Amino acid sequence: MSFGPFLLLAVLEGTVMAAVLALTAVGLSLVFGVMRVVNVAHGEFYMLGAVLAWFVTYYLPFPPLLAWMAALIIAPVLVAAVAALTDVLVLKRLKYNPEATIMATIGLLYMLQQAALTVYGPDARPVVAPFEWRIQLPWFGYSGYKLFVVVAAILVLMAVWWVMTRTKAGLIMRATQVDRDTAQTFGINVNRVYAGTFAFGGALAAVAAVLIVPIQQAHYLMGHDPLLLSFIVVIIGGLGSIRGTLVAAVIIGLSDGIISMFFSPTLAKIIATLLVALVLVFRPQGLFGAKA
Amino acid sequence: MTPAIKVWSLHLLVLALLFAAQFVLPPYHATNLARIMVLAVFAMGYNIAFGYTGLLSLGHALFFAAGMYAMGLSAWHLDAQAWPALIAGLIAGGAIAGAVGLLALRAVGVSFMIVTLMFAQAGYLTLLYLNSWTGGDEGFVIAQNARVLSGFDMATDTPRFVAAFVLFAVGLLACLWLVRSPFGRVMIAMRENEERSRMLGYSPFHVKLTALVLSGVYAGAAGAAYGMLFGYVGATFATIQYSILPMLYVLLGGAGTVLGPFLGALIMFYLIDITSAYTDAYFFVVGAALVGLVLFAPQGILGALRERVLKWLP
Amino acid sequence: MTQKHIGLAPSRRAVLKAAGAGLLTAGFAAPVWSQAAPVKLGFQLHRTGIGAAYGRWYERTAQAALKVVNDAGGINGRPVEIVFEDDGTDPKRGAEVVEKLTRQHNCDLIFGPLFSHVVIGSAPRAAELKVPYLVCSEGFHVAGGMLNRWTMQPGITDVRAQVSSMAPWVLANLGKKVAMVFPDYAFGHDHRDFFSAAVEAGGGQVIAQIAVPPTETSFTRYLPQIPNDTEVLYHVMVGPAVLTFVKELGEFYGTGARPEIFGFIDSLEAVDLASPGLAFLEGTHFWEGHCRNQQADASEFETAYRAAVGVDANGASVSDAKDVSTYAHMFSVWETLHIIKAGMEASGYQGAADRQRFVEAVEAMTDMPESLAHVQGKKLFNGKTHQVFGHQFISKVEGGKLIKVHTTSIEDSLYPDAVDYTTQSF
Repeated sequence: MSFGPFLLLAVLEGTVMAAVLALTAVGLSLVFGVMRVVNVAHGEFYMLGAVLAWFVTYYLPFPPLLAWMAALIIAPVLVAAVAALTDVLVLKRLKYNPEATIMATIGLLYMLQQAALTVYGPDARPVVAPFEWRIQLPWFGYSGYKLFVVVAAILVLMAVWWVMTRTKAGLIMRATQVDRDTAQTFGINVNRVYAGTFAFGGALAAVAAVLIVPIQQAHYLMGHDPLLLSFIVVIIGGLGSIRGTLVAAVIIGLSDGIISMFFSPTLAKIIATLLVALVLVFRPQGLFGAKA
Repeated sequence: MTPAIKVWSLHLLVLALLFAAQFVLPPYHATNLARIMVLAVFAMGYNIAFGYTGLLSLGHALFFAAGMYAMGLSAWHLDAQAWPALIAGLIAGGAIAGAVGLLALRAVGVSFMIVTLMFAQAGYLTLLYLNSWTGGDEGFVIAQNARVLSGFDMATDTPRFVAAFVLFAVGLLACLWLVRSPFGRVMIAMRENEERSRMLGYSPFHVKLTALVLSGVYAGAAGAAYGMLFGYVGATFATIQYSILPMLYVLLGGAGTVLGPFLGALIMFYLIDITSAYTDAYFFVVGAALVGLVLFAPQGILGALRERVLKWLP
Repeated sequence: MTQKHIGLAPSRRAVLKAAGAGLLTAGFAAPVWSQAAPVKLGFQLHRTGIGAAYGRWYERTAQAALKVVNDAGGINGRPVEIVFEDDGTDPKRGAEVVEKLTRQHNCDLIFGPLFSHVVIGSAPRAAELKVPYLVCSEGFHVAGGMLNRWTMQPGITDVRAQVSSMAPWVLANLGKKVAMVFPDYAFGHDHRDFFSAAVEAGGGQVIAQIAVPPTETSFTRYLPQIPNDTEVLYHVMVGPAVLTFVKELGEFYGTGARPEIFGFIDSLEAVDLASPGLAFLEGTHFWEGHCRNQQADASEFETAYRAAVGVDANGASVSDAKDVSTYAHMFSVWETLHIIKAGMEASGYQGAADRQRFVEAVEAMTDMPESLAHVQGKKLFNGKTHQVFGHQFISKVEGGKLIKVHTTSIEDSLYPDAVDYTTQSF
């Protein structure tokens, strides 16, 4: 393939990857930002969303578009319920101690994974895309649905941004983030804010999964990679900074494809992982985050 | 009895019972016990960092694998004999832990966890990347002649059990000595109150780094021994699961207790072994155990025991 | 959209069945044998972990083969039972399972694992326990000499034999300039090394080798590395993301010009060819270890096997047409169990003391004619390398079905021995 089309494809794929990264990472970033909790089970919330999407689209006797839209509502609601339950039953009792919550969410990760294996089974199953549309360019074909994922990612991120900056719920969340105790004295029910935030983070993971699963497959081990990728994005972008997360997703998404052209892709992953460690050590506020 | 006599006699009694166990247990359980003792050494190493010094690492699989691969690769590529290979493993565990510590200890709390996790992940990917040299995901078998330790063939049951026992006994007694030594008290002081320890003139960085290197030596020794005693080296031992296992053992047995890691490893091993006969969902049990422990018994079995009955337990 | 209930119920049942397998077969299936102690076979099963999709079908195949063997009088007149133990597709647990099956369940031997790292991690322990360990793994590690006297692969051919026997047909019928896409780990490297060597030897040329990291979930960005002058695209992928790979390949080429495509069915094992996005596979070719779709010339044995395991003519479960089997590989479990029977009967196997004689009896095997024991076809066993050789099938996708277009000869798959296990001590 000559250079022009090659670059075009690399940019397309990079954009899709950036969208996928941003979608999966935004929930993790939000939860960390408001609650200072690193949710290791975030990838499993994502997996749960994908598996639920499979169940919904498979059993509802609707045409693909309607079934998928039903999944887009049902899966996030159910995952949000699981997340809220987790918050009330586990995280709250741990008083949101950062280290204890990491250990507890690791336990949750195993439990969710195993539950999915038992109920859903070991196979990777496809979820039918809401629409079939392939763009045929002179040099290669491209999935129209992937471009839709990019648009959807932008919409979701704008919605999150709107919720956080323009609504009362967002204001309360930000207030709690800045100063938990003061928020409490001003009559904010911090417990409810935390449960709500954790549920919102879980719902975002599920929304990401329902959007992405038609270009991948639902599988009970699928949460592992999104988790690591989200970590990378969230850390490079600055823990808890939504804007940083977005910038990091775009940069990593676009550069990853190009780096793995020149190096072995496995080497590219090693470099990215080490980079994250070094960023955390030397620039804990992230490459793009403002100081604290 | 003075507390010191009580402490030493308890640990020596445990060791005596473990040594005698090989004559009593059916062979299946004797080999399991050998595995558990080696894994317990790994967990003891984790305990030095986490239980005593308060360093919550998510990357100990890297140190375990460093020991295992230093042993295995030197036996494979350099035709190293068993002792040099084992010692290479021990050194590699400590050296890698030191290198990681130099960087990771600049971060604290959650950042420290994630930095160690990322280093371990990079280590795992490197094993895959250098597959022509490391055997990649498939791993490799340790040649028979590299498994003969001072004339004893580690592929046979009794020498293997004794070797695992000796490693465990040395690890246990050294750990006991360490935590009762002045340095051990400084480690605990770091865990309890870093600021105050600093004001008393101790350098937190140096104390933590030393603890992490010691922890790495334990993990490396355990990794090397596991590879040599059971004849296989593979990249799965470098996955995050093997960072979580020692944490689970330590939490279950009791963080900051000398015998806790062994107790945790023993219970967890048999929990999986027995539940897998009834359900394929044994990882659910592992996850539930972790959540339950963090929620209801963060000090673990021996920790709870120490709090209520045996106040002298180290 | 008409969609039917998928096989959750059967898989649930299979789990329960496995739990009580020993009990059922020993207790109820064969009351006439009440006085003879059963032969106990251990099965190292990938019930959980990354190999679970295969494990489910390996278990069903083993149960079916067990029934056939017991209905035909068992082994040496004794009933047979299988103890299944999950290894989590993990080498450490694998070695522990070998221990457990041998010493706690007192199994006479162990068989069944597929994934290479589990096999390599478990084989040393099997040798130490001096228990025969019959693997169904496709890997070159047995014939390559890495393992030991107690580890054998009599039920399935290895990757080296598979790819080298098919290369001549690919070169003659599809093209000479080959680009390879494979997973960047040991299984993929076997493909890379042995297929490239066979292509060079056959006068062709491998013009690109594209390694994809095993953790990858999106593949489109690797596809532009396929050179424009590629005549044959060779692909082999394993793991949960395989369907994504094939779908993206289809999107990439779309309706435009594309090279001939030759894939290993591993890329689509346990995946329905009618899945959305796979229509472009029409006209492409696949290697199959065993033809998923029932062929016009299927032998009576193959038909009987299909019925016994509960697989329909399309390679899916008879109870759920969407539940596609791992048909190209799972015959190895069936054949291995029959080889166990033959080996035990040839050696007059009575108990654990005869394990060495059992291994020697299997090593003495050579020709294995097509039969109910060898449903995939005739085979040739090499006792020195502990590896079996057999026919390979090349199928073309026609009307959404895999139609066999070529069967390789056994001779084409032979290569010089890399090891002689019979010179090693027990």
